[in-house]
Amino acid sequence: MSTAAATHEHHGPATGIKRWLFTTNHKDIGTLYLLFSLLMFLTGGAMAMVIRAELFQPGLQLVDPHFFNQMTTVHGLIMVFGAVMPAFTGLANWMIPMMIGAPDMALPRMNNWSFWILPFAFAILLMSLFMDGGGPAFGWTFYAPLSTTYSNDNTALFVFAIHIMGISSIMGAINVIVTIVNLRAPGMKWMKLPLFVWTWLITAFLLIAVMPVLAGAVTMVLTDKYFGTDFFNAAGGGDPVMFQHIFWFFGHPEVYIMILPAFGIISTIVPTFSRKKLFGYSSMVYATASIALLSFVVWAHHMFTTGMPLAGELFFMYSTMLISVPTGVKVFNWVATMWRGSISFEAPMMFAIAFIVLFTLGGFSGLMLAITPVDFQYHDTYFVVAHFHYVLVTGAVFSIMAAAYYWLPKWTGHMYNTRLAKWHFWMSLISVNVLFFPMHFVGLAGMPRRIPDYALQFADFNAIISIGGFAFGLSQLLFVAVVFKCIKAGEKAPAKVWDGAEGLEWQVASPAPYHTFETPPEVK
Amino acid sequence: MNHMPLLRKLLLGTLAMFAFAFALVPLYDVFCDVTGLNGKPSMEQARQSERVDNSREVTVSFTTHAQSGAPFKVSAQQQSVVVKPGEMSLVTFAAANTSDQARVMQAIPSVSPGLAAKYLHKLACFCFDQQTLQANEQQEYQLRFYVDPALPPEYEELTLSYTLFDISAKHSESLVAAAR
Repeated sequence: MSTAAATHEHHGPATGIKRWLFTTNHKDIGTLYLLFSLLMFLTGGAMAMVIRAELFQPGLQLVDPHFFNQMTTVHGLIMVFGAVMPAFTGLANWMIPMMIGAPDMALPRMNNWSFWILPFAFAILLMSLFMDGGGPAFGWTFYAPLSTTYSNDNTALFVFAIHIMGISSIMGAINVIVTIVNLRAPGMKWMKLPLFVWTWLITAFLLIAVMPVLAGAVTMVLTDKYFGTDFFNAAGGGDPVMFQHIFWFFGHPEVYIMILPAFGIISTIVPTFSRKKLFGYSSMVYATASIALLSFVVWAHHMFTTGMPLAGELFFMYSTMLISVPTGVKVFNWVATMWRGSISFEAPMMFAIAFIVLFTLGGFSGLMLAITPVDFQYHDTYFVVAHFHYVLVTGAVFSIMAAAYYWLPKWTGHMYNTRLAKWHFWMSLISVNVLFFPMHFVGLAGMPRRIPDYALQFADFNAIISIGGFAFGLSQLLFVAVVFKCIKAGEKAPAKVWDGAEGLEWQVASPAPYHTFETPPEVK
Repeated sequence: MNHMPLLRKLLLGTLAMFAFAFALVPLYDVFCDVTGLNGKPSMEQARQSERVDNSREVTVSFTTHAQSGAPFKVSAQQQSVVVKPGEMSLVTFAAANTSDQARVMQAIPSVSPGLAAKYLHKLACFCFDQQTLQANEQQEYQLRFYVDPALPPEYEELTLSYTLFDISAKHSESLVAAAR
């Protein structure tokens, strides 16, 4: 083999489907992750539409309760593991090497694997919906004995899908850590790292710590259901409450996995459009690390009603409330960054500001839920649904939208239609609040979650919620339009798209060349 | 740059956390044993008490509950007994298999209030073993127990509850053998 031919091959991407199947390029893989996440966002969103259509009126109209349960379960699984997490991994793939001045991710072949097993995981999960008996219907939290004694025979498919998703996330996380630790450009010291890189590094450690625990939990469900073990079966000496302890030991850090990269994105965008340096950089780093550490000692706040001794309830109540301290540090830092800044309201900034306000609102309802005595009233009601949709939709998803609008010109080389993007923003902002805000009230009034029917007094509010839901769903089609129009054509974007932006990614041309920083940049 | 050392550490960490998920199972039991949380009484035969506390009395009530349609009826012949801590008591339970097939029953005890669970000691209990009941068979079981004299004085009433599970599915072969 001639060396000339070998080097020639590295100049540009292969063509056709092979480019995407065999790619080890971080930008290609980032694109794949992002497009896959968009597809899953629309799939999970379509399921949410089914849920909202059924709940538009009291009584059972469109779907039977078993299918309704499958919709709530698979909507949750797809949005968590298919939409939010792959979107962040895609952003990490695209941006981390460019932000730290590395030529690519550290382990490119593993990178290819970690993406390409994902479509199979979701194909298995989605196909189970069409099988005899249906897909998983026990809620995304798959509490035993719902997932063991009372689940259908297709539960094995759910278990294998979760295993594959977990392996994919773990490989992605390992890649992020090795890249950040080993491939920083000379002079890129730890406390000079962009915050998106910092938050992702900490997220990656959380992933490695808890995704294997989730794998353990689904394995125990598998052996309990099919191989006669009794991990969660009281008759054989097991304990169903232990399932909840193991699940939430994974589950609580998992919710920070879905929000820490969002913090990094907001900390990148707010300074750009305020034309000021980020206020309190090092406090941001320490706050992120403390949130990550605290996330391991709060899990039982999901289980206050399972019958815990007073000392346990007090411990988990106070440790949960403690998390609001580092989170508050972050919110105040963002506000202080905007303070007296010369702010302009481009689409990414609008999403970032909406994030700060609405995520904080979701944080406050989280604080209410943390108060043990009142949690007995809120537990398993729509108040909880309102809480986690504020932190995950107006939190995590809005941050992903903000990131897409921020870096899309860098990825495609084209400026997107800013008018359409602003329409998308305002439509989303209004409809998302029509959708989720009334859920607080029906929840406080006692409407239980995960039930296809409800008492008549909730009818008006549910009709409003459903209208908000359909409007929010339709608004996302605008986002799809903006993205695909921007990929195809648009005004040529300069290397530095936003005049207030800082960071190595703005030193390379737009669109970012296939290979960047093959020789490390100088970091002052 | 050689990525192998770091990669190896991270993979090891992943495997360790997978193992940790399974280690949580015994850790959970140990934690519940030590703290007495969860109301899980011991499933092992206890030894007789060495002393009797004549200064106070504790009421122990019994209740049973068949889990999700298990075809068993078990009830204590006395609804409750008043005992002195350390004093041995004997309670008879009448049990019946209400189905017309042989069934295997497993009773799982639980004590309320949960923190008092570790002070109730059983010397003989039908919950120690799986009980095979032939079709429509009636049986009597003896429960021998005492309350630990170390029981904190704030507990004056205990409830011993049995949940009855039908575990015949796991014993179909032994049932066939027993029926022969």
